[in-house]
Amino acid sequence: MSEVLVEVKHLKKYFNLENDFFGRPTTVLKAVDDVSFQIHKGEAFGLVGESGCGKTTIGKMLVNLYTPTGGEILFEGTDLTKLSAEKRRAYCKDIQLIFQDPYASLNPRMTVGDIIAEPIKINKLLPSNEIEKRVTYLLNCVGLASHQRNRYPHEFSGGQRQRVGIARALAVQPKLIVCDEPVSALDVSIQAQVLNLLDELKEDFGLTYLFIAHGLNVVKHISDRVGVMYLGKLVEIAPKKELYANPLHPYTQALLSAIPSIDPAKSKQRIILTGDVPSPIDPPEGCRFCSRCFKKTDGCEEYVPELREVSPGHFVSCYLYKKQKPDFRSI
Amino acid sequence: MLLEVNHLQTEFQLKHGTVKAVNDISFSIEKGEILAIVGESGSGKSVTSLSVMGLVQNPGKVVGGEILFKGEDLLKKSKAEMQAIRGDQISMIFQEPMTSLNPVYRIKDQIMESIMTHMKLSKKEAWERAVHMLEVVGIPSPRERAMDYPHQMSGGMRQRVMIAMALSCRPELLIADEPTTALDVTIQAQILDLLYHMREKFNMAVLLITHDLGVVSEAADRVIVMYCGQIVEEADVRSLFANPMHPYTLGLLKSIPRLEDESDGPLYMIKGMVPNPLKMPAGCPFSDRCDRCMERCRREAPALKEIDGHKVRCFLYDSETEEAQV
Repeated sequence: MSEVLVEVKHLKKYFNLENDFFGRPTTVLKAVDDVSFQIHKGEAFGLVGESGCGKTTIGKMLVNLYTPTGGEILFEGTDLTKLSAEKRRAYCKDIQLIFQDPYASLNPRMTVGDIIAEPIKINKLLPSNEIEKRVTYLLNCVGLASHQRNRYPHEFSGGQRQRVGIARALAVQPKLIVCDEPVSALDVSIQAQVLNLLDELKEDFGLTYLFIAHGLNVVKHISDRVGVMYLGKLVEIAPKKELYANPLHPYTQALLSAIPSIDPAKSKQRIILTGDVPSPIDPPEGCRFCSRCFKKTDGCEEYVPELREVSPGHFVSCYLYKKQKPDFRSI
Repeated sequence: MLLEVNHLQTEFQLKHGTVKAVNDISFSIEKGEILAIVGESGSGKSVTSLSVMGLVQNPGKVVGGEILFKGEDLLKKSKAEMQAIRGDQISMIFQEPMTSLNPVYRIKDQIMESIMTHMKLSKKEAWERAVHMLEVVGIPSPRERAMDYPHQMSGGMRQRVMIAMALSCRPELLIADEPTTALDVTIQAQILDLLYHMREKFNMAVLLITHDLGVVSEAADRVIVMYCGQIVEEADVRSLFANPMHPYTLGLLKSIPRLEDESDGPLYMIKGMVPNPLKMPAGCPFSDRCDRCMERCRREAPALKEIDGHKVRCFLYDSETEEAQV
């Protein structure tokens, strides 16, 4: 496999919701709790999970919108969390973000051309007389016409606005793009257009994606490897074919079976999970999924399973798949 | 026939012109049936449901057609009469469970309000009924949760409360406008399962408005596909998914990434986007985006035709066209 571009080790992000009189935290929300994964150069790593599982928080830590509480983010070998603010900012150019909501993420008072030119100007990447040419080039790359540069975001449809957001991310020639639910706000027919565009750009520009989404079918289309998150933890990582053919973690199995199939003739055995996702403020002890798990055994409520490799490249954190299952009575 | 909509037309008078949001649509729902209306944003599916409820807001107006509910035309009813029907015989649940519940009242007060308005029950009986309804929709410890405020509940719970409220007076028709769009997949599965069971239990009809073809195939009995305010295809679920006839339906189905799909090639795309409702193309509104557009499609608009119980609005299935092609 190609070299590792980003490696995240034991990444944590806690939010202190309430402090006591002395400023000591009393209520802590563990949005991301000890997550480790690698993204290789040129691949698309998908991150799926339901709302509140911490997938967006991971994306925001990578682009420096949040400061991690603990752990390391190794980008080409450099630990970004240890850098000074100024040096950290230099890396922002290499990691760009595409937002979920194309309506909220573009400044309504700037023309599309200015929006795309702004990151180039801020990073002083090109002399001012060449910026215009570059903006035209970027607009063409994402399938917009160069005469549309003088228009404002409200003159565009949702899909076109998302294209502008993509052009803006590409403007600084990033190595990694964090796509945070880039198609969730779009109509089905437009989703396919944007997904295909992202696929093409990945080839053309040699990009690496961290693709965050809640829909497993969207992630399946674009990703090479997929990580499944639940309540701040990664529960399973596998190459996409392996994950979809052979999901191991009960949560992944439930998630896959919950997707409505567009083939009504095929009646599949549906796993309907009971209850809601517990609050990340007071998550269950032991395995985070144990309160909704349909394959719970003894010990799941007491001990946190580790993420272990059960077959090459397939990691899962569940006691069902441990030859190394600890003998609970002896502990 | 429980609900029969004939030639419904709803328009919005805007500064720049008139938008025909719902342009002459007709459909019917039988008792106990789940009818789904699918379409993308702007296709007129929500306006259709609001028209049935009599909730179209200014500058929108129902300008033609009739909505027969158990044989009576809802468009001829007075405001007070409609108010008595809404929430009693016809109920509605909305997409955003947060914004459609009142944040300053307890759950029990909101459910009891609709019960006491429509059924002549005492406060105590209404309370018992509210608790019972919460239990029916699967809320654990309903007596305690009834005292909660909406913000204390999760999205899935709030949608259950909405369903409990909508079903509390045993409506004969439930209009569900994107009931699961704001929810996570595992919760969506729970809610769809619940709707299905409620239908069985109370034998009510459901008009399910959604943009998600997956939800349609799971839940509905019959499907209407809308595009630009018109019905482009209507069929029962199995035949629609097995044999989609309109190029738009076909395109929608092909453009969804499928789990079973093993290929890594690009997804099928419907080119372009929905036309501006003020500048509709002459002829078929889908003609600009259609793969199989013919010269005729740009000139005249096709009519809805029935072929073996499967209705479609396209010249591909017109005898005249076939002759021309031969």
